[in-house]
Amino acid sequence: MSAVLEIEGLDVAFVQGGNRSAAVRGVTFHVDAGETVAIVGESGSGKSVTALSTVGLLPDSAEVSGAVRYRGEDLLGANERTLRRVRGNDISFIFQEPMTSLNPLHTIGKQLGESLALHQGLTGQAARARILDLLNRVGIRDAEDRLSAFPHQLSGGQRQRVMIAMALANGPDILIADEPTTALDVTIQAQILDLLAEIQKEEGMGMLFITHDLTVVRRIADRVYVMKDGQIVEEGPTAAIFDAPEHPYTQKLLSAEAAGRPDPVPDDAAEVISTPDLRVWFPVRTGLMRRTTGHIKAVNKVDLSVRAGETLGIVGESGSGKTTVALALMRLISSQGQIRFDGRDIQGLRNKALRPLRRDMQMVFQDPYGSLSPRMTVEQIVTEGLSVHGTDAGQDPREMAAASLTEVGLDPAMMDRYPHEFSGGQRQRIAIARAMILKPKLVVLDEPTSALDMTVQVQIVDLLRDLQQKYGLAYLFISHDLRVVRALSHQVIVMRAGDMVEMGPAATLFEAPQSDYTRRLLDAAYL
Amino acid sequence: MIRLSPLQRRRWQNFRANRRAFWSLVVFCILFGISLCAEIVANDKPILVSYRGELHMPVFRFYPETAFGGEFETEAEYPAPEVACLIRTGGVELCFDDPEGVMAEMAETGAVEGAPEAEAGWILWPPVPYSFNTINYGVRTAPSAPDADHWLGTDDQTRDVLARVIYGFRISVLFALVVTFCASVIGIVAGAVQGYFGGWIDLIFQRVVEIWQSTPSLYIIIILAAIFTMNFTLLTLLIVAFSWTALVGVVRAEFLRARNFEYVRAARALGVRDAAIIWRHVLPNAIVATVTLLPFLITGSISTLASLDFLGFGLPPSYPSLGELALQGKNRLNAPWLGFSAFFTFAIMLSLLVFIFEGVRDAFDPRKTFR
Repeated sequence: MSAVLEIEGLDVAFVQGGNRSAAVRGVTFHVDAGETVAIVGESGSGKSVTALSTVGLLPDSAEVSGAVRYRGEDLLGANERTLRRVRGNDISFIFQEPMTSLNPLHTIGKQLGESLALHQGLTGQAARARILDLLNRVGIRDAEDRLSAFPHQLSGGQRQRVMIAMALANGPDILIADEPTTALDVTIQAQILDLLAEIQKEEGMGMLFITHDLTVVRRIADRVYVMKDGQIVEEGPTAAIFDAPEHPYTQKLLSAEAAGRPDPVPDDAAEVISTPDLRVWFPVRTGLMRRTTGHIKAVNKVDLSVRAGETLGIVGESGSGKTTVALALMRLISSQGQIRFDGRDIQGLRNKALRPLRRDMQMVFQDPYGSLSPRMTVEQIVTEGLSVHGTDAGQDPREMAAASLTEVGLDPAMMDRYPHEFSGGQRQRIAIARAMILKPKLVVLDEPTSALDMTVQVQIVDLLRDLQQKYGLAYLFISHDLRVVRALSHQVIVMRAGDMVEMGPAATLFEAPQSDYTRRLLDAAYL
Repeated sequence: MIRLSPLQRRRWQNFRANRRAFWSLVVFCILFGISLCAEIVANDKPILVSYRGELHMPVFRFYPETAFGGEFETEAEYPAPEVACLIRTGGVELCFDDPEGVMAEMAETGAVEGAPEAEAGWILWPPVPYSFNTINYGVRTAPSAPDADHWLGTDDQTRDVLARVIYGFRISVLFALVVTFCASVIGIVAGAVQGYFGGWIDLIFQRVVEIWQSTPSLYIIIILAAIFTMNFTLLTLLIVAFSWTALVGVVRAEFLRARNFEYVRAARALGVRDAAIIWRHVLPNAIVATVTLLPFLITGSISTLASLDFLGFGLPPSYPSLGELALQGKNRLNAPWLGFSAFFTFAIMLSLLVFIFEGVRDAFDPRKTFR
């Protein structure tokens, strides 16, 4: 088979303010007709930049050299006209974020029709028939009705299906999928992957699949390229790479799976937080008098209890209300139902009365880029809690910050720097240090690992486990990633649409799930 | 030197990279610096006077004429030839009768009969020997055209236009800075409270702001000017009262956006007080939006002051006002130096300010790169 897309010695560098930083160095690969090639790498490895450079979609600040050939035609030196013909017609793209890839102001029928009119000159009934055909192909039910739907009326999975339909509209030779399933829930992720594999087989097109998720690669790819720091370090057929990785980095990637199990909790451990019946209902008001006519039930009757040294994992897909439970327990949003923290009911306490208790309940957030104020130094961030709750006599905040940073595995010498100088994993460590400096009893971890690369996830999970053992911390661990939850949790709650679907000790829940929904989740996660 | 954070240093570098903004800042600082020392640049009192070997500084201190051997207890009238003669000669009586003659003799022979032993006195005048309200009775026709004496001519009351421009520039800029500062503080606080707390507070305040914004401010100021005697403080208060609303919208929007940021939520989880969260975490976000609006506030308040002065409802006539100069220029088209002076002063001042703040805004924009 001949190569449809060939990349040879690709170099990409970004120039900003006189600084040149190389993003991709000497990358060479090819995609044949009808095969799926995956580029795997962690964030910052240059995999997306490589994909975007093939059809000249990089910003002006990028300097590209090397050769990109589509069916023997050089695309790097091609003019904008040629590139426009190739883009969306011969080479199609699917992006990561289905929320922002569709224009919110146009119906999906119109957006699909635009591409057809542009590249094939199809309009009117012919276009409509083709659009319906496409929507049926990507598995959108009631395609006829969906034509006039706006993107916000579709779920994330449906939106990604529309994106795929758009990419397929002109019968491309190559489909470039840049992390197409990362923003989706696990069950949806599995459906989309199946769909892509099926369509790829039917159309016989080449697919360049870019991802950081190795389980996805194993399922879908024929050949794999492993990228690190802008270079391809290993390549080969999928089976060979997974069975016998040669490069140490590939080996590290493959072994990077949150493994191990939490240490058992002593039987006499005191209960830290519990709630018998937690509800978060948002009233729906209608009519002139704004009377409450119903409720949006974000969280419905959650019953949980966490003891010192114990981790309670809450799993569920997006929108299941797991973060809402955490925020309600922290009293950051209003809720109904008793919340017993450290032996007293904190529901209904005013902010002032709550403030001393905040020392004992800390939270680590999902996005390490968003949870640290960009205008404060690491020292200021870590010691902020001390300025609220005070320090014991004879303690220097700076020394405490240094100790706390050392504990989470960071060099205290870096504490005068700003967050943007740190990597994602380091930032998450800073966020953990900020919580740990107050010596809390309960730490709520809201997806602390999901924004991180796999190898970094493993380190953070180990760190959390060590800290728990050392200080007898109670964790409330929220995640959609079942592997991480299994590695950390003693108890697990499965949530769906605000309801508790299943609850039990982690071991039994993972081995013998009771409900269908839990079983489906486990299947989709390939556990 | 103050230690700048990397962010501030980068902003300063970005600002420096914008050459137009940087040189505008330099020129503006020089002009504003000169006008801040207006008293020693344009004044009808000498900077330094040596009388009988003793130094006097009339710019800063009151000296009666008797201090220079004169007759009156009132302040010495330095431009008068009698006083000049008294100072030069050290208080010769003859000065009262024939100052010019005595001075001429002095210049010729270096001494004068009856003068004390001490060295001859001298007077150091500012570059412009007129203050903004000095009436030069020596001028025949008013307004008079520019000449060596009055570089920009005089106005219809024979006051030196250059002196009035210098003082008028100072009062305009100071007024604009004070108004902008007060309006920004009030606007940011109001926007912050609205945006951060949201809900009912936001809803009610937003309506209040809308009503307040839709009042015709110029008319209200004109009506009030008819009731009260205007002065600098009252006018500042009035204009501040009508310009703070400009910032509320953007600051509120920034706060609405930022209050759901994770680091704000993290601070709340730590138990940080609302005031501290607003100050430390949210406000820095709103500053950039504020900075983009500042040039409009500054130029807007300068123009408001000028238009009020032009209409005669602004500062009282005793103040040096550029708006009043523009009015004279309009009324006396036969004296074009009045209109030109007012026009160029405004044009240069407003352009410099706009250029500077354009540079500041770009320097604050994180996405803007300067190659």
